[in-house]
Amino acid sequence: MTALAALIRRDIKIALRVGGGALIGVLFFLTVTVLMPFAIGPDLPLLTRLGPAILWLGALLASLLTLDRLFTADHEDGSLDLVVMGRTPLELACAAKALAHWLAAGVPLIVATPVLGLLLNLDAAATSAVALTLLVGTPALTFTGMIGAALAVTLHRGGLLLAVLVLPLSIPVLIFGVAASQAAITGPLSFGTPFSILCALSLVSFVVGPFAAAASLRHGLD
Amino acid sequence: MTLIDLANPSKFLALTARVLPWLAGATAILLLVGFYQSATAPDDYQQGATVKIMFIHVPNAWLSMFVWGVMSIAALGTLVWRHPLADVAAKAAAPIGAAFTFLALVTGSLWGRPMWGTYWEWDARLTSVLILFLMYLGLMALWRAVDDPSRAARAAAVLTLVGAINLPIIKFSVDWWNTLHQPASVMRMGGPSLDNAFLIPLLVMAVGFSFLFVTLHLAAMRNEILRRRVRSLQMMQASQQAA
Repeated sequence: MTALAALIRRDIKIALRVGGGALIGVLFFLTVTVLMPFAIGPDLPLLTRLGPAILWLGALLASLLTLDRLFTADHEDGSLDLVVMGRTPLELACAAKALAHWLAAGVPLIVATPVLGLLLNLDAAATSAVALTLLVGTPALTFTGMIGAALAVTLHRGGLLLAVLVLPLSIPVLIFGVAASQAAITGPLSFGTPFSILCALSLVSFVVGPFAAAASLRHGLD
Repeated sequence: MTLIDLANPSKFLALTARVLPWLAGATAILLLVGFYQSATAPDDYQQGATVKIMFIHVPNAWLSMFVWGVMSIAALGTLVWRHPLADVAAKAAAPIGAAFTFLALVTGSLWGRPMWGTYWEWDARLTSVLILFLMYLGLMALWRAVDDPSRAARAAAVLTLVGAINLPIIKFSVDWWNTLHQPASVMRMGGPSLDNAFLIPLLVMAVGFSFLFVTLHLAAMRNEILRRRVRSLQMMQASQQAA
């Protein structure tokens, strides 16, 4: 347990320091959200309607951008080999690394959501709905994205491939995340149904992600 | 003859050399009979002659999922049993599966235009099959991104197993989300709801396309084994020249 806690603490520390790149995700999120009104036009009612989708897309792309960091830096300086060879089960170590990555790169996205919601003319209820779905949904993005990150780190020029491999897996999360937030704002459907499916997707990704990532690291790094 | 005997590529090549002509012949006969039956099948009272697209569309759609299932079993063979031909089978199946998925999407869209008035609709079944197509392409990209075939095989096997989660979603998407695509009418509880005049040609076509897949798959596996032999011969030659 202490080994895992140490791993989480170390990863968060590295991610938040200079060159760690966790906060670049937030900056990217902000940029995507700001670009949207320029593309769509400054039509506030339209932006309100598209708001949840824009925020979800921005968060998805931002978390995809930072996923590359999950294993590559450790692979380059050799500490990933120590994690793979260590006595802690690799599945748990992967889960700990993903958790640390989510705390360092995912949580700032959720914190930024209310501010960005203001830019998109979302009211308080809509903003909190989007933030809540992001809170539940971004772990699923991180944990399924980890599979792609683990595959990409074992190949040498895997950066671009990461996006191709991960995006199809993240489509269900996007669908239900946006569906739940839309339901909270306008929809005839209840907020609970898509929201519980989103929770279920996150729970499934907690199980599948670490095992798949550990398997590909174990097979890929020898 | 067991699965483990086939682990020897030479034996596999010898066996498939004997089996393939028969398989190809059976495929040709089945598909010819199927095409004839489909062409002479009666028109549907609602859909008219366009219902005949079904005889191409449905087998392709079934096979697009079946091939991923075959690849998942092969992925287990790579990761769990370390069967030497499993990664050959997985690699050879991916482009064929992608082609079936593409054909299912194209024929479905051609059928959708007269029936639903649109080539494409973002409905659950269509979208999940499109995701399947994207995953086939991603998998093929992954195969090509690694030089060493055995390392590529293990990376691809992990992704194949993760992608297999998509299969039940595609299968049941028409039942879970009640949208444009019609619900299952052949493989369902309580037997098929199709009339025999349509069901028999459809099943003949399905068997014919399955035979087509097996034939193409075995041929592609032979090519892959021979390609690997050429590769290792070239490597040996290169290392001899270097020495």
